[in-house]
Amino acid sequence: MSRFPGVDLLELDALLTDEERLVRDTVRTFVDDKVKPIIEECHREARTPLELVPEMGALNLFGASISEYGLPGLGGVAYGLIMQELERGDSGLRSFVSVQSSLVMYPIYAFGSQAQKDRWIPKLASGEAIGCFGLTEPDFGSNPGGMRTFAKRDGDGWVLNGSKQWITNGTLADVAVVWAKTDDGVRGFVVEKGTPGFTSSDQHGKFSLRASTTSELGFQDCRIPGDAILPGTTGLKNALMCLNQARYGIAWGGVGSAMETFHTALTYAKERVQFHGQPIASHQLIQEKLAWMATEISKGQLLCLQLGRLKDNGRLKHWHISMGKRNNIWLARECARIAREILGANGIVDDYPVIRHMLNIESVFTYEGTHDIHGLIIGEALTGIPAYNPPIRDEKPARRTEPAPAAAGARG
Amino acid sequence: MRIAVCIKQVPNTEARLRVSRDGTWLEEDDLPFVINENDTFALEEGLKWAEATGGEVVVFSLGPDRVKDALLKALAVGAARAVHLADPAFLGGDALATGRALAAAIRREAFDLVLTGSQSDDLRFGGTGSIIAGHLGWPHVWLVMGVEVEAGHRTAKVTREMESGVNEISRVALPAVLEIQAGINHPRYASLKGIMAAKKKEISRPTPAELGLDAAAVGAAGSRLEVVSVAFPESGSGAQMLEGDVKTAVAALVEKLQKEARVL
Ligand SMILES: Cc1cc2nc3c(=O)[nH]c(=O)nc-3n(C[C@H](O)[C@H](O)[C@H](O)COP(=O)(O)OP(=O)(O)OC[C@H]3O[C@@H](n4cnc5c(N)ncnc54)[C@H](O)[C@@H]3O)c2cc1C
Repeated sequence: MSRFPGVDLLELDALLTDEERLVRDTVRTFVDDKVKPIIEECHREARTPLELVPEMGALNLFGASISEYGLPGLGGVAYGLIMQELERGDSGLRSFVSVQSSLVMYPIYAFGSQAQKDRWIPKLASGEAIGCFGLTEPDFGSNPGGMRTFAKRDGDGWVLNGSKQWITNGTLADVAVVWAKTDDGVRGFVVEKGTPGFTSSDQHGKFSLRASTTSELGFQDCRIPGDAILPGTTGLKNALMCLNQARYGIAWGGVGSAMETFHTALTYAKERVQFHGQPIASHQLIQEKLAWMATEISKGQLLCLQLGRLKDNGRLKHWHISMGKRNNIWLARECARIAREILGANGIVDDYPVIRHMLNIESVFTYEGTHDIHGLIIGEALTGIPAYNPPIRDEKPARRTEPAPAAAGARG
Repeated sequence: MRIAVCIKQVPNTEARLRVSRDGTWLEEDDLPFVINENDTFALEEGLKWAEATGGEVVVFSLGPDRVKDALLKALAVGAARAVHLADPAFLGGDALATGRALAAAIRREAFDLVLTGSQSDDLRFGGTGSIIAGHLGWPHVWLVMGVEVEAGHRTAKVTREMESGVNEISRVALPAVLEIQAGINHPRYASLKGIMAAKKKEISRPTPAELGLDAAAVGAAGSRLEVVSVAFPESGSGAQMLEGDVKTAVAALVEKLQKEARVL
């Protein structure tokens, strides 16, 4: 069994606690033993590795930051290291865990009623139940505040109408956390699989995140009980709070993906011989590429570690997370491409993990706030001027139910 | 059953190894360390039997401070306590001195079984378990591929895989020392909850005096074997590339095997 030796050029391991290192090593071993042997096949067949879900539950990878319900209550750095290692395996698998933990368990735990928590947290923690998070719609991606899905009061219940697109785990989910407009702003709802009027179907033709299921959700006069609302939600900001949790983990995930493509390229370069029996690693151009990757990865690791320490001290701002997500997914994307170059023709086949990471990272570049939107979030933090919307040309701007910016930029 | 498991922390064999400046060991500074592979199987076997019989596992390790990582890992997967022989006097010893120290630590408690790996990935002496058994005066079995504790916990049926693929099954009186081979079971992962719980478990660090040992009898001072040097083998120069298509190459190979190597 090949064991990933890690990429730690700046000796950052020494800055981790024993517990953080142990968490990282456990997930690292799990990924080497259980994920890597099957993941290329999952990617080829476009299937979510559901066989790993019970074991991930047993390892407490779902909801690891929660400390009730017998969950471990990990700190920010340990949680980040889990995401790093999972994404070293596959961005799709990391997406599964991000959605389950940050986008489903977190809102139910933070904004749910006692009954909702008791019903769902234990099952989601063990993996017995799978969740999904429905925010994006066909016409509203970067600007979720424009959503059309509407929940109308009807007696003591609600009636949902609308549709959601690009929903990770949509068809697999036993429970969906759905964001909808109501007469008083955006609220979150817990919608169970099998509710009449609630349908889901998979989106096909994806060339990225193929080991993850992406779906559309439809709500047609879908009647849900009054207690399906997440009582602690008061607006779009609650959805953005969930995204902040997930994006924080994605910043770490980017480093994981980059570590994998870098490690693959380094190993390959030392073994591949071209011209006069010399390994390609002896060429200056190759060394410069490896040096670039190693340096960027080290910077990304430092960024993550500081984000984690800020999170654990309660000082993490939403634009810090934007900086981490934006930079680290960019570095993962660059590393995947450079690694692809170094592998030559072998870089385009799935005998090596590189092309899969390269394709996957395109999704991650776009979801959870695109690279550019995160630039705008940082820009707003720096200048105080939100730049998400071009100047409005209509004389009569549409009435907003949410404060601007409706983009993913609102403070969470 | 109360089970002692001895684990050793060794360099990750995937890492790039460099010989230390004095030429007698490896440069440890930037080496990643892991639990010796065979020992992870010994630990799992111990946990399995402790669970099946309602007992507990205590892990023992001799080595410098860094070994704490390995012990924490063992506690995270379910060991109840750890004993760390970290006193400088214990360090740098051969199998004889290491076995003597571990046996003295194990003897302080009542165990039904001691499990070790059959050899370590770094030194490969494969002797520590037998030496522990010698000091305790217990039977021992090396290269164990199967353990079945029998009713009453007085005996165990132990399977060994012999060279030719033949299995030898023996019945061993307990307490005994069993030296476990990799592959005997599927070592479990530490759950994150287990990791959080490990922090609260005890790691004791007895000194030689507390084990009733003279410091001169353990570690480097108590060793009878001294490593003079370690080195990477010279990369060979005898390789020959046979040119031509398969047919020509095979013909040339057969001729060389007959005439030069004289093995055909
Ligand atoms: C594989 C996958 C899984 C997903 N899973 C989920 C999920 O589980 N739940 C969920 O709710 N959503 C999910 N999404 C949706 C994802 O969050 C959206 O794709 C994302 O928010 C971007 O929206 P969009 O695709 O509509 O792009 P658009 O918003 O149309 O953006 C297109 C381009 O325009 C740029 N742009 C947009 N607005 C501005 C602006 N103001 N200034 C400058 N540039 C701008 C963007 O940066 C981007 O480059 C997923 C997406 C993918 C690909």
